[in-house]
Amino acid sequence: MEHYHMNLTLKVWRQKNNKAKGSFETYKVKEISSEMSFLEMFDVLNEQLILEGKSPIAFDHDCREGICGMCSMHINGQVHGPWAQNTTCQLHMRAFKDGDTIVVEPWRSKAFPIVKDLMVNRSAFDRIIEAGGYISVNTGNAVDANAIPIDKKKADDAFMAAACIGCGACVATCINGSAMLFVGAKISQLALLPQGGPERESRALNMVAQMDKEGFGNCTNTYACEAQCPKGISVANIARMNKEYIGAGFATEEN
Amino acid sequence: MNSKIPQGEMDKKWEDYKGHVKLVNPSNKRKLEVIVVGTGLAGASAAASLGELGYKVKAFCFQDSPRRAHSIAAQGGINAAKNYQNDGDSVFRLFYDTVKGGDYRSREANVHRLAEVSTSIIDQCVAQGVPFAREYGGLLSNRSFGGTQVQRTFYAAGQTGQQLLLGAYSAVERQVALGNVTMYRRHEMEDVVLIDGIAKGIVARNLVTGELERHGAHAVLLCTGGYGNVFYLSTNAMGSNVTAAWRAHKKGAFFGNPCFTQIHPTCIPVSGDHQSKLTLMSESLRNDGRIWVPLKQADTRKGSEIPEEERDYYLERRYPAFGNLVPRDVASRAAKERCDAGYGVGTTKMAVFLDFADAIKRYGRIEAGKKGITDMPEKDIVALGKDVVAEKYGNLFEMYAKITGENPYEMPMRIYPAVHYTMGGLWVDYELQTTITGLYALGEANFSDHGANRLGASALMQGLADGYFVIPYTLGNYLADEIRNGAVDPNQQAFLDTEKLVAERINKLLAIKGTKTVESFHKRLGKIMWDKCGMARNAEGLKQAITEIRSLKAEFWTDVRVPGEVNEMNPELDKAGRVADFIELGELMCIDALDREESCGGHFREESQTEDGEAKRDDANYAYVAAWENKGDSEWALHKEDLSFEIVKPTQRSYK
Repeated sequence: MEHYHMNLTLKVWRQKNNKAKGSFETYKVKEISSEMSFLEMFDVLNEQLILEGKSPIAFDHDCREGICGMCSMHINGQVHGPWAQNTTCQLHMRAFKDGDTIVVEPWRSKAFPIVKDLMVNRSAFDRIIEAGGYISVNTGNAVDANAIPIDKKKADDAFMAAACIGCGACVATCINGSAMLFVGAKISQLALLPQGGPERESRALNMVAQMDKEGFGNCTNTYACEAQCPKGISVANIARMNKEYIGAGFATEEN
Repeated sequence: MNSKIPQGEMDKKWEDYKGHVKLVNPSNKRKLEVIVVGTGLAGASAAASLGELGYKVKAFCFQDSPRRAHSIAAQGGINAAKNYQNDGDSVFRLFYDTVKGGDYRSREANVHRLAEVSTSIIDQCVAQGVPFAREYGGLLSNRSFGGTQVQRTFYAAGQTGQQLLLGAYSAVERQVALGNVTMYRRHEMEDVVLIDGIAKGIVARNLVTGELERHGAHAVLLCTGGYGNVFYLSTNAMGSNVTAAWRAHKKGAFFGNPCFTQIHPTCIPVSGDHQSKLTLMSESLRNDGRIWVPLKQADTRKGSEIPEEERDYYLERRYPAFGNLVPRDVASRAAKERCDAGYGVGTTKMAVFLDFADAIKRYGRIEAGKKGITDMPEKDIVALGKDVVAEKYGNLFEMYAKITGENPYEMPMRIYPAVHYTMGGLWVDYELQTTITGLYALGEANFSDHGANRLGASALMQGLADGYFVIPYTLGNYLADEIRNGAVDPNQQAFLDTEKLVAERINKLLAIKGTKTVESFHKRLGKIMWDKCGMARNAEGLKQAITEIRSLKAEFWTDVRVPGEVNEMNPELDKAGRVADFIELGELMCIDALDREESCGGHFREESQTEDGEAKRDDANYAYVAAWENKGDSEWALHKEDLSFEIVKPTQRSYK
């Protein structure tokens, strides 16, 4: 891979806390290597800011290998930046060229209030899981793991849905701020597996109710969520969620 | 050191313990509070299981959600002695492999218990809906991992840790919904509070507001992971830190075998000074990838252009029995040896090749065979083979391509060892209790099960074993006596005093207003540790390192610059507290490494090696756990827990 260096202009959203008014600030960074990750470029900028006596930019990040779901930057209008199926931490500077101006914002969603600068509060996702994103099996209750064979296709589909990292990019990129890809992925994973059977209906109803309560929007089938999901979670999961939800509604009426 | 190992036969100890352990009646469980710090596999499984039992649990994580804990990044798999493959596995073999793999520096009774409960872990996870890989018949799939000759590793593509953690996370969120667990997100434990020498709570900092909080409980569980970030560059998450364990250590919890560090053989090499962390390429890749370097020194050709006869498959050459599947410590040292000798590849020459060309062709031929085609052209065979490799390791290959900009299906990967795991940790007895009564350590945060080297796919097993199946029993044994003590009031003097000391320390960090960033100190510490307390260590280097770390510490406390205020979200301040602790830990690691004048597992003392460069143990003098007691600034006293091996008789480890 050819390496090169670049000078960049960054326009970054700064906001002291949840109550303060935010605004864009402009920064220059020099001699950035194309081999750096995007967050390493932010490390360079922050070191620079600290030495200049300024306040470094707060941003969420942890594993830096694309799996924890913590990093969350809206880069030049795209969640997680320009690469397909990627997280911010895995975006590398070879995606940019010398002289570029890069605009960086936090996730935009009413349900994800800003904590500081580029950090947002995604605890709404945890509360949706609390509403039913689990199988009620206490430790020690399980039967032998091979006692229930599972059709490989269904197991693979469940795995694909379970690959969700809970980053919230689907919400941030959606014009409606909908969380249906996130919720649909969890409902699908558990609906596809026989273990999820007993709570299937209550799960769909309760998770959707919590999703609405948190203030997430509805789905209008733009498919932006799938296009921008770092793990390529399919919108088929939303269809499955709707099927589960409607099915659960009928089942409830029968009872 | 009283390790409280139960009497009796090795395979009856845990059963007997469980049969005689004290119980807490359900109505009393509601009155007992437990603090769980950390929400990775150990913490989440413990918090969920204790919540299910009816205890009142408070769980803390520094991330924005408990689902982010770094267990999530574990790739390859989790071991269990299920013997589903009918290939001769058993609880005894898993026990034996783990003790041997740990180079005879772990406690047999703990390891045996780990092997016993391993099978229940898989059952539990499947019941939770963890989507493990399956065969076409619908049953679970297994693969092999380094250091073993059976297939006992369960996996979910390269995302096993993620799936297991999300399983435990869902279990803990269910308990949150039921009101048994209260979750404190974006909180960091700053200190443990002792009353009459017994752990009764913690002081935590709300990282969003900067406020200090006092939390009382009848027991405190540290499930805070390892301390690999003492090396600055490691495969740990950026936030992974030793702070909770270290503050407990300074309050009296002994630290066990701090120098035992695992350097994982297959990571993406460092590309420059800007590097903030290293990325692991799962060990499972060694099932199909072949490791080699050019036969010629300083060969600058691309890997794919070097003909077969000019390659040195050095692991297969040196260790014909295990080949590319030797344990991690052995594989890492062998890579270092080749690179140090001038055979390294890539721009930095600090890398070796991990090559899938053979595997792609082999799988391609199998696929062609399934279709009944015997004369398929080479390029079609390769295409079929790539599909198979993609199904097995696709996400790892993508990750490699994103980071390096190279296509590993076409060119061999470049890999080099990196700090990955720490076998050392807080010393715990058989019940996972530290030397502070009421304070427990689970998962990577304790020292107990992996000796001097951890086998692949065993970290997930241990974290979940401790949380799901060990602590629910052993903690009850302690809490049964706590029911008489009533609720713990977090407004008593001991809490106020601890909070005051924590506040003073934080204010001191902010008041230094020096000229150097926290990051710059961390990098310098990392370099000292990697150069002198890394893959190879010697007395002279370790002594130098201790001197250098002491002066680094003095410089840190006079010249660090921590921007911002105390009463706001201030990630630099969080980091400063962590780096201050890493500096002190680094010193202890070097002292421990200096004290242990033998090579064992990941601890390689250059003075102690066999003629052909293998690690040479000294069982006569070092068959003990080094448990260090903090005696004040840069002062420690060594306590020894002698290790006796009733079942697995120590021999020189051989994988040849």
